[in-house]
Parts: sequence; C-alpha cells; structure tokens
Amino acid sequence: MNKGKYTYLLMTIPALLLFFIFHTYPALNGVFYSFTNWRGFGDWEFVGLKNYINVFKDSRALDAYFFTFKFAVISALLVNILSLTIALGLNAPIKFKKIFRALYFFPNILSILIIGFIFNYIFGKIIPPVARSLGLEVLSRSILGNPDLAWIGVTVVAVWQAAAFNTIIYLAGLQTIPIELYEASLIDGAGKWKNFWSITFPLIAPFFTINMVLAMKGFLQVFGLILALTGGGPGRATESISIIIYRGGFKGGEFAYQSANAVIYLIFLVTISILQIRFLQKREVQL
Amino acid sequence: MKTKKNNWIITLFIFMGSLFILFPLYLSITTALKTPQELAESRLAFPTGLHFENFITAIEMTNFFNALKNSFIITVSAVSITILTNSMVAYAIARNMHKKFYKGLYFYFISAMFIPFPIIMLPIVKQTHTMGMDNPIGIIFLYIVYGLAFNIFVYVGYIKSIPLSLEEAAVIDGASTWVVFWKVIFPLLGPMNATIGILSSLWIWNDFMLPLIILTKRRMMTLPLVQFVFQSQFSTDYNLAFASYLMALLPMIIVFILAQKWIISGVMKGGIK
Repeated sequence: MNKGKYTYLLMTIPALLLFFIFHTYPALNGVFYSFTNWRGFGDWEFVGLKNYINVFKDSRALDAYFFTFKFAVISALLVNILSLTIALGLNAPIKFKKIFRALYFFPNILSILIIGFIFNYIFGKIIPPVARSLGLEVLSRSILGNPDLAWIGVTVVAVWQAAAFNTIIYLAGLQTIPIELYEASLIDGAGKWKNFWSITFPLIAPFFTINMVLAMKGFLQVFGLILALTGGGPGRATESISIIIYRGGFKGGEFAYQSANAVIYLIFLVTISILQIRFLQKREVQL
Repeated sequence: MKTKKNNWIITLFIFMGSLFILFPLYLSITTALKTPQELAESRLAFPTGLHFENFITAIEMTNFFNALKNSFIITVSAVSITILTNSMVAYAIARNMHKKFYKGLYFYFISAMFIPFPIIMLPIVKQTHTMGMDNPIGIIFLYIVYGLAFNIFVYVGYIKSIPLSLEEAAVIDGASTWVVFWKVIFPLLGPMNATIGILSSLWIWNDFMLPLIILTKRRMMTLPLVQFVFQSQFSTDYNLAFASYLMALLPMIIVFILAQKWIISGVMKGGIK
C-alpha cells in the first residue's frame, strides 16, 4: 500500500502549495505590512501598533463598521423571514409550482453589480414620480440621495437578491419533513399556526442557523452592490468596510493602514460568526 | 388528507410576490427597446416600436463580444479545472481523515471560509502583478484556489458517504489509488460535481471584485466589469445603458431558462449537505 500513500500525497501537495502561495501568504503579508507605514510603493519602516490605534480614532472607519453591521443584521433577518415565508408558500399546494419556484430563484443568477445599476434607476427615476402623484413626500426624491435613508435602499436591493438563494435552501429543508408528522398533529386537532411552531420551525432550525450565519457573512462583505447603487454615498453614508479598504488601499496610498483595518475586520467577522453559531445552536437544542 | 386541492389564496400571494421579481426585468427590456423620446413620454409604458439600435451601439461601444469571450473562457476553464482537481484533493483527504496530516489539511482549507477577502485583496494585487499573473490565466488560477475552502467541505462530506467496499473490490483487482479515483469514485460524484459546477459558475460568471482588482487591461475585462467601466460613459442615455445591462445578463438568463430544473435541484442538494 506504500504506492497508494504517495498517490494521496501527490493528489494533495500541489493544492496545499498553491493554497499557501495565493491565500495564506498574501494574508500573512497583509498582517506583516499592517505593522509598517508602507503606502503601497517606496520605502517603509515598522511603526508598531500605530495603524491599529489610528483605525479606532478614524471616524470614517468607525462609520463604515457601524453601517456595515447595521446593514448586515437587518438584511440577514429580513432575508431569512422573507425566504422562509416564500418557501412555505412554495411548499403549499399551489398552482404552477415549478414555474414559481424558478421565478423566485431567478434573482440569484444575476450579477449584483447590474442589479445595483437597475435599482439605482428605479429609485431615482421610477419611484419619485409615482410617489409625488400619491403625495408621499419621503419617496418623491431618490432615497439613495438621502444620507439618512440611503441604507434602506441598499437593504431593499440586497434582500431582493439574497432571498432567492435562501428560499431554495429553506424549500429543500421543508421537503425533508415527513408528511406523516403533520397528519398526526392534524388528528390531535392542532391548527396551522401551532403546526408551524411545534413541527416546522424546530425541524427547520438547523437551516435557519446556517442561513443566518451565511447571510450575515455575505452581507458583512458587501462591495459590488454598494459601488453600483450609491458609490458609498451620499457623502460617506453607505461606505462599507470592504469599500474603504479598497479605496484607501488602492487609491489613497494607505496600503499599511488599510491592512491593519483588514486585520481588525477579520477579527470582527470571525467573532460575529462564532457568537452567532453558539447562540443559534443553543436555541436549537432548547426547541 | 385534502392535499391534492390547490390553495388559491396562497397562489395569489405567490403570484403577486413574483411581480416584484419580474418588474426590474420588464423595465430593463422595455427601456432598452425604447428611444429617448419614448422614454421621456413614459418610463413604464410598452415601447411603440422595436428599436434595436441601442443594442448595436452598446455592442460597438463596450466591445461586447470581446467581454463575452473573456467571461466565457474564464468561467468554463476555472469551473472544469475546479471540478477535476478539487474533487481529487477531497478524495485524498476523505480517505485519510484518520491521519493527522490530512485532518489538519482539511481544517486548514475549510477555515479559509471565514477569512474575508479584503485581507488578501491588497497584497494579492502586488503579488499577481510581480508574478505576471494579472491576466485571465492568473484569475482562473485564483478562482480554482479560492473555491477550495467551500468545495473541499462539500466534497469530503459526500465522499465519506460512499462505501469503501466499492474501492476494495477494485484494489483487489490490482487497481492503483489513481485508477480507483478516476474510474470508480469520480463517476459516482456526478451529482456533487453538478452542484459544485453550478455554484462555481454562478459565482465566477457574476463575480466583480476579483476582475476589478486583477484585470486592469480593457481587452481582458469580463462582462460585469465592462458595465462598471462604461457606467460613466452611458451617462444619462438610459436606453443605451439598459441595452448593455440586458446583454450582459442575457447569457446567464438563457442558460437558466434551458436548465432551470437542473440548476435548482443542484443547489438544493448542496443546501441539504
């Protein structure tokens, strides 16, 4: 079996090397430069923790963290509630089931960047005239141009697309529930509402955990949608963390500084994911 | 049980919800087919005639077929090499999980799922540039490597459920590990290969971030990136802009219409895993 041992090594070593060179090494490189004052070119020297301290004093960075977190929590919750509702509808005995299932998955196949451009037009040119004729003051101008409301626009579009994928995952989950369970509770005289909370939701809970964690992780990294929809504006109202790292790092000569920001971002993301998994799994057991 | 009867109230709600999904598509199609005058009269009405000149202008302006070719080459190459290589790595890991090295390797790969891309973003641009990889070949490489984390997770889970007895029979017949993988295991991975293929295609075809930072030359750009680069030139010519968006979306829409049953069941299988 010695021959087999070498084959297994041959199958994995190239992947290990490539993964190290193109994933681990640049990540370590980023950590390394976060302790320097490199601008992306020219000379540099070590500055210790200066970059890290400065990130916490930087109102632009703090605003981005606050915006990204708020956006991610609200979007993830909305996506999951909406997706589960749609999935329940699609799982019910309805007409044209297959067609609707395909339709609801449709947003998932589209480029988020182009979706952003299309919705930018909808918010800017379609909704305002309609709102004016209905006397809705708030929507009579593009909400993407309002620093206090622009995040709502971003959330709406993010939910519009992300619900598609989550709906299909919930639908897959619902179809694993044996129908006999419902038949039994029907005999016991349980109503639809009770059925949902006592049968459907507990059994779908593992999917809820996964969907919440994945949705949060995706939304915390929002990038293309923001560039297309608001460009981070108005002003800096909708700048996400990825956007400031991209802009500051490539265009602002802040390579080292934004590397420090990226390390903080990594810790932020991992902490949230772990807390979420702990919290949601605890609930699963209780149910 | 009265399960056979259709529930019309839910059908109605589901139908109304689907209008929200179709509206942006309706708007894109009608806007792309209108002239600026028609658009000024009504933004929502159906176009009076079919004006394909927007599409022709967009094709010439953005060099559409070049971007289509780039997107196609990058997606097809990256996805096929991903399926062939990632499944093989996962096989070696899944069959050796009792050994420290392979177990460590497994966790090393999947822990990358929690590493946000921005921490790699700045250094990888410098690195690909120095290595001469700031081109389509380089980006294909990166997609194959960055997909590993998720793909290993899914493949290993699936391969573990394949009984060892199948392989043992082949080994007794004198087949090497290499032959066992390609002749016995790989054909059994069909459903997982489809799932990974679909998810990778959707990701790579629509990805915007990696092309944005890696592909700096205009002739190398992919479809989404071209829309971004030309956004300022479309300016307020919405007819032209929407014609261009629609064409960029169209290849995936066509694939989806042709293969939607297959795509959705592939994604569902990945979800249950």
